[in-house]
Amino acid sequence: MSSFKDKEILLEVKDLRTYFKTDNGILKAVDGVSFVVHEGETVGLVGESGCGKSVTNLSIMRLVPSPPGKIVGGEVIYRGTDIMKLSEKELRGIRGNKISMIFQDPMTSLNPYLRISTQMIETIRLHQDMTKAQARERAITMLKLVGIPSAETRIDCYPHQFSGGMRQRVMIAMALSCNADLLIADEPTTALDVTIQAQILELIKKISAELKTAVILITHDLGVVAGMCDKVCVMYAGRIVESALTDELYSNPAHPYTRGLIASVPKMDGNREERLFSIEGQPPNVIDLPPCCPFHPRCDRTCEVCRHAYPPVKQIGEDHYVACWLNCSEEERQEAMNGGDK
Amino acid sequence: MEDRQIILQVKNLRQHFPIDGGGLLKKTVGYIRAVDGISFDVYKGETVGIVGESGCGKSTTVRSIAQLYKPTTGEVLFHGVDLCKADKDTLLKERRNIQMIFQDPYASLDPRMTVRNIIMEPLKVYNSRGLLEKKYTDDELDERVKDLMEKVGINKAFVNRYPHEFSGGQRQRIGIARALALRPEIILADEPVSALDVSIQAQILNLISDIQKEMGVTFIFIAHDLGVIQHISHRVIVMYLGKIMEVAGSDELYSRPLHPYTEALLSAAPIPDPKVERNRQRIVLEGDVPSPDKERHCCYFYDRCSKRMDKCAHCVPPMFDCGNGHKVACFLYDDKPVAEPADDQPTEGELKLKEKQEKRQGKAKA
Repeated sequence: MSSFKDKEILLEVKDLRTYFKTDNGILKAVDGVSFVVHEGETVGLVGESGCGKSVTNLSIMRLVPSPPGKIVGGEVIYRGTDIMKLSEKELRGIRGNKISMIFQDPMTSLNPYLRISTQMIETIRLHQDMTKAQARERAITMLKLVGIPSAETRIDCYPHQFSGGMRQRVMIAMALSCNADLLIADEPTTALDVTIQAQILELIKKISAELKTAVILITHDLGVVAGMCDKVCVMYAGRIVESALTDELYSNPAHPYTRGLIASVPKMDGNREERLFSIEGQPPNVIDLPPCCPFHPRCDRTCEVCRHAYPPVKQIGEDHYVACWLNCSEEERQEAMNGGDK
Repeated sequence: MEDRQIILQVKNLRQHFPIDGGGLLKKTVGYIRAVDGISFDVYKGETVGIVGESGCGKSTTVRSIAQLYKPTTGEVLFHGVDLCKADKDTLLKERRNIQMIFQDPYASLDPRMTVRNIIMEPLKVYNSRGLLEKKYTDDELDERVKDLMEKVGINKAFVNRYPHEFSGGQRQRIGIARALALRPEIILADEPVSALDVSIQAQILNLISDIQKEMGVTFIFIAHDLGVIQHISHRVIVMYLGKIMEVAGSDELYSRPLHPYTEALLSAAPIPDPKVERNRQRIVLEGDVPSPDKERHCCYFYDRCSKRMDKCAHCVPPMFDCGNGHKVACFLYDDKPVAEPADDQPTEGELKLKEKQEKRQGKAKA
């Protein structure tokens, strides 16, 4: 797969931090996440529940409910402008227009009281200078593009008249109706069956290639990532622990967590008698995490330094970054140990 | 597996749910055919996987086996006793050997009960009726609860805690301990790992296979994840729209799927390997699963099948025996001997309904 390095940078997330204030303390849902999306690239964000995948993406759009949530630091640069510094009005020009989102549950993300046509025309007219008739025309074209049969009549149906897969298609059509150049898909197929999932993934792939849309795909399914993404970021406890091009990540995972995650998926050609590799223990509570590697209680290769400091992010190959002490030199470890004692 | 002893037989099981037409009288206007005539055997000590899309009747099947629903027609023979016709006392006795694990570890545990009470409840029910090997004292039961907790990997010290203090994976362990409390012969596991994260899922799958090795429990295991099913089961049943499409040994099914639906299902499952994933040819099925509220006199998969023939539109395919325990309900294999004849007779309720509708139409014409 070709690298997107020579393409222009579309979105750059730098050291993003989103905290939630709870009764038990500060919950660091996202704690220093950085990644880059190039034009036309598909980036996967993978991790278990509670690792901060969704909050990262809500933060990009500044949709984190506040209070209790707060984006406390970091920059999100979209085509040279920092989204964090925009006014609410300027932001509205980007949200849904340039960057749009599809959500996990197609049942709840459409308004059940309104016809599909009303909802789509509203979105289009909000962002583009079009008459009602033009917007309707545009909506029908989009519905045809996502493969809804007899779109001219179906557009006047209510959401409950569509099945789950069809609703997700409508969501995709709506998200892309304003020529967005970044689509954030938050677990778009988790609520769907495998055969429908295959349809929707094929559709996202086809459409993103056709319209040259970049995609951030959030998922917990490593199989979906393998088929869809150019680049993968693995998240754990609010941080990206490893990021690499898809092929590189699967053939050469460097972080023990990534390795464990890949090994613990039951494979269809696997040997049944063998025990599955499993990562022992539970994901950590992200409230008041100590300043050490959050994975060390579950890691099979911990050393002394893991309990003392968070590992720095190291580049270990072309486009392959990992945050693990195993990839650091002895001096760096020593330094961290001493620094931790001070 | 040698000298296989049949522990459970399901014969022509149907589970139809009436649809009422609304209004005051709640007249029945039709039936949802959730499970529509399925037959299979379960052998002692094996794991049978049931796989299919949502709405294909997987959960209804196991719930009908456990008699949580009264099946419309058919037989469920457990050690030769038909559970559908059994009276209350027999059912209570037999159910001791049939336990369930549920999908949602949050909803399946009572939030107001401590772990001790949750695991002890089945024991208490049977102990007070004298249906256990002997009468146990409360202390002995307590000891048994602690043993169970140890077995499923929960600290004994947590015996007085409430479910909300545990994570999803741990709750599922509590659910498993509860199912094991009566030392059942067969456990019906209804998507026990679907709500869990990958790393926790692997822990629970390992726990289940350990339990099976240690206690020789038979499992009927439902999942929609094909990888999970392949890993855990010895034999796999593929269901679609309330019918069995294919039954085969696990390795056999995955290496040589015969039914077009199984092929499509396998090719739709994402594989966590980018190289394989990029080069494979996907069979993308068109459309959605149709609604199960109609009587069908054709192949149930006809609407979405890529290999449909004229014959498929007119009769329901019987199960063809392709040898080695591999059975498939598809006319592509009609040169093979028939294992089970197809049965598409309407049920009593439906016949009555039809009669009524015909009468009404007759009246309208007159």
